[in-house]
Amino acid sequence: MSLVNFNKTVIKNLFSKPATRKYPFEPKVYPERTRGHVVNDMDVCVLCGLCSIKCPTHAITVDKAAKTWSIRPMSCIQCRSCVDNCPKKCLSMDTQFTEPGSEKLTKTFPQSEKAIAAQEALMKAAKERAAAAAAAKAAQAGNAANANPVANAAPAAQAPAQPAAEKKDE
Amino acid sequence: MSTRSVIPFGPQHPVLPEPIHLDLVLEDEKVVQAIPSIGFIHRGLEKLVDKKDFHEMVYVAERICGICSMGHGLGYCDAVEHIMDLEIPDRAKFLRTMLSELSRIHSHMLWLGLLADAFGFESLYMECWRIREEVLDMFEIATGGRVIFSIMKIGGLRRDLPDDMLADFRQRLDKIEEQLKVVAKPFYDDVAVKNRLVGVGILTPEKADLLGTAGPFLRASGIARDIRSTEGYCAYDQIEFEPIISTGCDSYARTEVRIKEIFQAIDIVRQCIDKMPAGAVDVPVKPNQFPNGEYMTRIEQPRGEALYYVKANGSKFIDRMRVRTPTFANIPALVEVMAGCDLADVPILVLTIDPCISCTER
Repeated sequence: MSLVNFNKTVIKNLFSKPATRKYPFEPKVYPERTRGHVVNDMDVCVLCGLCSIKCPTHAITVDKAAKTWSIRPMSCIQCRSCVDNCPKKCLSMDTQFTEPGSEKLTKTFPQSEKAIAAQEALMKAAKERAAAAAAAKAAQAGNAANANPVANAAPAAQAPAQPAAEKKDE
Repeated sequence: MSTRSVIPFGPQHPVLPEPIHLDLVLEDEKVVQAIPSIGFIHRGLEKLVDKKDFHEMVYVAERICGICSMGHGLGYCDAVEHIMDLEIPDRAKFLRTMLSELSRIHSHMLWLGLLADAFGFESLYMECWRIREEVLDMFEIATGGRVIFSIMKIGGLRRDLPDDMLADFRQRLDKIEEQLKVVAKPFYDDVAVKNRLVGVGILTPEKADLLGTAGPFLRASGIARDIRSTEGYCAYDQIEFEPIISTGCDSYARTEVRIKEIFQAIDIVRQCIDKMPAGAVDVPVKPNQFPNGEYMTRIEQPRGEALYYVKANGSKFIDRMRVRTPTFANIPALVEVMAGCDLADVPILVLTIDPCISCTER
């Protein structure tokens, strides 16, 4: 008799709404957690490079000299580990999937003017702090060894300032 | 004596979702012997331990197979956590249990659909897959992925499932159970289905035990062996359930065991939601904390017992990861039940072990 039972289901299916969507006309509404693709807010990104270190497929490249952040969408496996490890929380996961394409693209995003200005201001402040600290240290050293103040102060003031300048060039 | 002939079955065959090749030695319409050969889908995933560190290997483990991906991630994480002496929080244990039971529901629904397809009941096949789709939707809501979940990590889970989501899941499961009862009926007592399944591919309990069979294939031969109840990994030691067995020993019994396991899995998910403790879902792993030692863990995948062996050397990269999957254990028994069967029953028999060749070859 079960065939009759199942016929009931079949007839019900025949006259009810289909289980599928009419795809191009009714786009899918993804749930909030869907891992579609990675988006970077370039206004906030400081190009620290943690995302590229944590990426298991090396899909993300951070070029500090050119001030760009790039991703190869074909290599990205949407594992979300870059988003979890981002210290500035500028990376996020969009629920939409990327557009289909015929070639393996690398998408490059330049760091925005705003972010560059903010970072330069930070660098300047850090440099000033370092210089102030060095000056204080030099003054202390000068007090301790009064005999040759110029020779002692000069290398001490230069030494901490140099790594900061190098960092900026990288 | 009639002449013998050999016909190839697979690696491409309408009933096979994945490539396995069988050389069938036939005498008229009877199969005398089946010689299996595998190796069509080997990807060398275990070798990737040289290139990916032990955190990244979770993603590799998940990608061993698209159907059992939750279980593979769980098994690998469980082994590494034991090496590192990490005690994961109770909430993570219950969530892991819940997610692996959901994965069991979707795997068994997939299998029921494929079986219906194999004996030519197309509308039943579509009905099964429609129900499975709702489980996949639940996965997408919970983890953000439908096939690859990326929610396991060393030390717990990467994201928490809030309580209102769990309440929503409970309602969805009620609906799924209703639909499942309708779908289960034809499998149980349809004449055409019974003709194809009853008495086909009998595997005696002695043979099943001797050949090291695993999972529903073993339990359909009347042996109550289930790693969930014997090992009690994750939160299974705090859940009430009995391994489901059937004494039919044939294809019908295997179908019966799997259908009952779906209902049992729904029950286990409900128990998990009821008993879900509050708290964190992970323990932090320090950047300088590396596994050192070896461990072997066993978990019950939808297809049966899977074994994960991890050997670590105290550095970022582990030495060895080995996965022994249930399909690999079931192939000797498959060859055993095929001897003497009809050629027309071969597709059904291959399906009743629920073959997952991607897992087997990695």
